[in-house]
Amino acid sequence: MSSLTRDEVRRIADLAHLALSEDELARFTPQLSAMLAMAASLAQLDTTGIEPTTQALALPTERDDQAQTSLDRPSALAAAPDTALEAGLFKVPRVL
Amino acid sequence: MTPTPSAHPSARSIADDIRTGRRTAVEVCAASLAAIASNDPRLTAFVTVTGERALETAARIDADRARGAGLDRPLLGVPMAVKDNLCTAGVRTTAASRVLADYVPPYSATVITRLQEAGAVVIGKTNLDEFSMGSSTEHSALGATRNPWDEARTPGGSSGGSAAAVAAGMVPAALGSDTGGSIRQPAAFCGLVGLKPTYGRVSRYGLIAFASSLDQVGPMTRTAADAALVLEAIAGHDPHDATSSHEPVPSLRAALGRGVVGLRIGVPRTLLQDGVDQGILNGFDAALARWTAAGAQLVDITLPHTAHAVPVYYLIATAEASSNLSRYDGVRYGARASLTREQGLRDAYMLTRAQGFGDEVKRRIMLGTYVLSHGYYEAYYLKAQQVRTLLRRDYDDAFGLCDVVAMPTTPSPAYRLGEKTDSPLQMYLEDIFTVSANLTGLPALSAPAGLTSDGLPVGVQLMGRMFDEATLLAAAQVLED
Repeated sequence: MSSLTRDEVRRIADLAHLALSEDELARFTPQLSAMLAMAASLAQLDTTGIEPTTQALALPTERDDQAQTSLDRPSALAAAPDTALEAGLFKVPRVL
Repeated sequence: MTPTPSAHPSARSIADDIRTGRRTAVEVCAASLAAIASNDPRLTAFVTVTGERALETAARIDADRARGAGLDRPLLGVPMAVKDNLCTAGVRTTAASRVLADYVPPYSATVITRLQEAGAVVIGKTNLDEFSMGSSTEHSALGATRNPWDEARTPGGSSGGSAAAVAAGMVPAALGSDTGGSIRQPAAFCGLVGLKPTYGRVSRYGLIAFASSLDQVGPMTRTAADAALVLEAIAGHDPHDATSSHEPVPSLRAALGRGVVGLRIGVPRTLLQDGVDQGILNGFDAALARWTAAGAQLVDITLPHTAHAVPVYYLIATAEASSNLSRYDGVRYGARASLTREQGLRDAYMLTRAQGFGDEVKRRIMLGTYVLSHGYYEAYYLKAQQVRTLLRRDYDDAFGLCDVVAMPTTPSPAYRLGEKTDSPLQMYLEDIFTVSANLTGLPALSAPAGLTSDGLPVGVQLMGRMFDEATLLAAAQVLED
């Protein structure tokens, strides 16, 4: 499965929340196919029973659950494109 | 302007001069700002220059010194540039993306705070490939950076702005970040020392994430001694970053001058048979000769899975990036696309991201989304993680025979601007020597190894055991003598 169709790329863009133009779809389809073709070499390797590596370093994943101070609400809202400052909320376009 | 290291003072000598009163921090800062003003219109190393803030900080350092305070700070008054994917409180941080063009973070990255505590004066934010995705600094929403050695060529990337700023003598030291070679490759292209520390050595709190199992922050300098000075300042556990290690940080400055007597250097000759530029091989062999003359031994090693490292890297890095970059949705930060009356939240996501990201970022988000999607996860993402284990085993085996692994940093010297932008895949294949250090977590350093016959810098890369940056720095210093 190393060659993608334009419809598949359209579906991926939709999953990734990217509104692509027809021009972009035409450009990206062969490029993404080439990237997947590069990955096809991995299929030749026998990896039966090989554990996957997710992190290079085994680190403790738990810490004590202690309340600490964090960003205050106005600072956290300061960079947002639209807010209801008094209510301390981010504002988004209509959902329904 | 000349990119030769001897033409500009080192960070260490600047700090010494300020400590002993030969120069003031304000004089040093003003000289650095003047160098930026005269060079940067041509090079575009900087996205933002914070001259006024920097001069205020420098004046405070001079005032402290007059009272005898803060003299023990190792980077006293040293002007530094930092890659614009590191958050700086109150100073715009763009990641070279339209989506963050006006983003002003409410907090600073831990590495920035630590540099300031060590006495450094942060003078500006440097250009990069958007979100660090690229190897040439051409994928920047703010325009490409040029290589001070040859302005028709790329400085490398993604930390190309930091590399150009140091190579042109605008600052003695800078911070970069390295996910697949983004510190080491521009260091090689610009004739610098660039160090990707061990995974976990340096806090990533406040680093704009690209691929979280691979990203590290590190120094880019003209000398190994300066790299040691900067790494010591930024390394060590940070309670704000759960992936930062508690491993103690040794005195790296003490390791300098230790030499390479008895050091076993592993050389994977089979990797160098094809596709490596002759000028690069000549520089590499000359570096090996310097080390053996200084008492090191060469050992033949094989790293059989390296041929697969580039696809493994691009599958894992893009998968992680597709998740990390989902946060740019025009709700909490960044510009939101303007909508018609009929459009709603989902349109806002789709249009904001389409307008905010450049081509390379879109390609990588889509590749990552695809390899994580139902039906393809096992064949691509899981498979890549399994081969990542095999790569790590190659290095475990190699470190049974040697103490460090040496290879060129890049297969070719700096290429021309525009030369590879039409073929993303060609650019990816250039990462063959650098990506393994990120996939394995091992520390890796690029050091200058002379020039090609065209006068372009060559970089030699050393990889060490986990947390053994000291040996890499000591070996790099031998090449400077």
